[in-house]
Amino acid sequence: METSATYIPGESPVISINGLSKAFGTHVVLDDFSLQLERGQTKVVLGRSGSGKSVLIKCIIGLLPPDAGEIIVLGNDIIHLGHDELDEVRVKIGFLFQSNALYDSMTIRENLEFPMRRHTVGISDKEAESRIIEVLTDVGLEHTIDMMPSELSGGMQKRIALARTLILRPEIILYDEPTTGLDPVTGREITSLIKSIQRQYNTSAIIISHDMKCVKAAADSVAILINGKCYTENTYQALKQSDDPQVKQFFE
Amino acid sequence: MASSSKTFFSEAGAMTRFAGVFFQQAFKPRYEFRAFIKQCYIIGYQSLPLVGITGFIMGLVLTMQLRPSMVDYGVEAQIPAVIGLAIIREIGPVITGLIFAGKIGSSIGAELGSMRVTEQIDAMEVSGTNPYKYLIVTRVAATTLMLPVLVILSDAISLYGAYLGVNIRAVTSPSLFITQVFDVLDYSDVLPAIFKTFFFGFAVGMIGSFKGYNSKKGTEGVGRSANSAVVLASLAIFVIDLIVVQITEIMGIN
Ligand SMILES: Nc1ncnc2c1ncn2[C@@H]1O[C@H](COP(=O)(O)OP(=O)(O)O)[C@@H](O)[C@H]1O
Ligand SMILES: [Mg+2]
Repeated sequence: METSATYIPGESPVISINGLSKAFGTHVVLDDFSLQLERGQTKVVLGRSGSGKSVLIKCIIGLLPPDAGEIIVLGNDIIHLGHDELDEVRVKIGFLFQSNALYDSMTIRENLEFPMRRHTVGISDKEAESRIIEVLTDVGLEHTIDMMPSELSGGMQKRIALARTLILRPEIILYDEPTTGLDPVTGREITSLIKSIQRQYNTSAIIISHDMKCVKAAADSVAILINGKCYTENTYQALKQSDDPQVKQFFE
Repeated sequence: MASSSKTFFSEAGAMTRFAGVFFQQAFKPRYEFRAFIKQCYIIGYQSLPLVGITGFIMGLVLTMQLRPSMVDYGVEAQIPAVIGLAIIREIGPVITGLIFAGKIGSSIGAELGSMRVTEQIDAMEVSGTNPYKYLIVTRVAATTLMLPVLVILSDAISLYGAYLGVNIRAVTSPSLFITQVFDVLDYSDVLPAIFKTFFFGFAVGMIGSFKGYNSKKGTEGVGRSANSAVVLASLAIFVIDLIVVQITEIMGIN
């Protein structure tokens, strides 16, 4: 895997986004957006719905090609990587989809096997099975291993989706609105699960959210996305005390 | 009017590029062999009952409908030969193709469409699997290889239906019936008829995949993908049929 000369593990940011722009036709979604994520940090990106939060993290993982700007993940220039190198980097990034995106024609076991079968070449069946059990235990759902995704509740599906991102032991996890659409109790459970996973696996994370309870509990730092730009960035407490009406609207 | 013909051509261009990717991806590793076998099972084996029933009814009804005129002209003895030719050269491939387009084209369109809108295709991509290879190459390869098999089986079952149709009014032995059918059949009847079904199968798989893979957001988008996949695939079968018949005509195989 190509690693650019300036990348120093442990010192450089794990994700560095500079001047990112993305438009769909004439609809400008991201406009000169910049953000850095340090190792071990959990950063929340706040933004109104439709402001381009999902577009942002889809650019980070290379699902959407940006129009301009630079995205460096673990020292790799995501935009200019070839397909195989991009896959190498993607192994180190977990992506939790807003819709969970569980494969609905597969059992939970097959869902969890899927990313592993492709990446961890040469992994034995026994080791694969023990990893599956391990991540299912982490999210507290060992008993669902032979069930289909449609048999699970929304909160359980979210946990399985989280287990699927954990199975490759990523260095970075990108969460797209992990608590949206869940009831408050389940939302709190998912939030505390995310926190404990962050600690246990020692991952860096970007969480997209507008659930202020989740933001308060999980964020080391909060960035606010307005009009395609990173409007401001600070700790939760500092932003909460801000007088700026653009910031205040998120804390009401 | 101008804009609708523009969308037609841009859509046709997009589909051609989409189909082009198939030939880039299909022949280089890694091969998704297990997924391919599973698709063959779903697409081929699970279509057997439907194809079998329609084939049987087709053979039977065709014989019963044709009989009175044949009797009037005094060529009753030619019934097996005429029915055999009609079924094997045209009716078997086209009707089976249309049934296949209805069943498989729509299910591929709907399945891939719902995988697209629920982000399952994106999830495959970020977990390092090439979704085109895993989902589309396997399905299109399966439709291309399974439809000819289904057509051959359907032809056989149709002939059985036709045999029963003949026996409603007269008594023919199976061996006499078979001899009468195969006496008039030539390789130049059978081979082009089977040959074109590979194209039918490819078209059904490719159109269903294209529509589903490029499905628009929302459940409405999925429904539209499934629906337009069937319409377009059925149309494609007739167009391919026309083209192949012209070509074999020109080549002197007829
Ligand atoms: N593939 C796409 N094609 C066209 N427009 C898109 C696409 N993806 C997102 N958009 C548009 O970009 C804007 C931001 O979308 P998104 O990032 O999903 O918002 P959110 O902040 O709620 O996650 C929306 O207006 C959406 O319509
Ligand atoms: Mg979103």
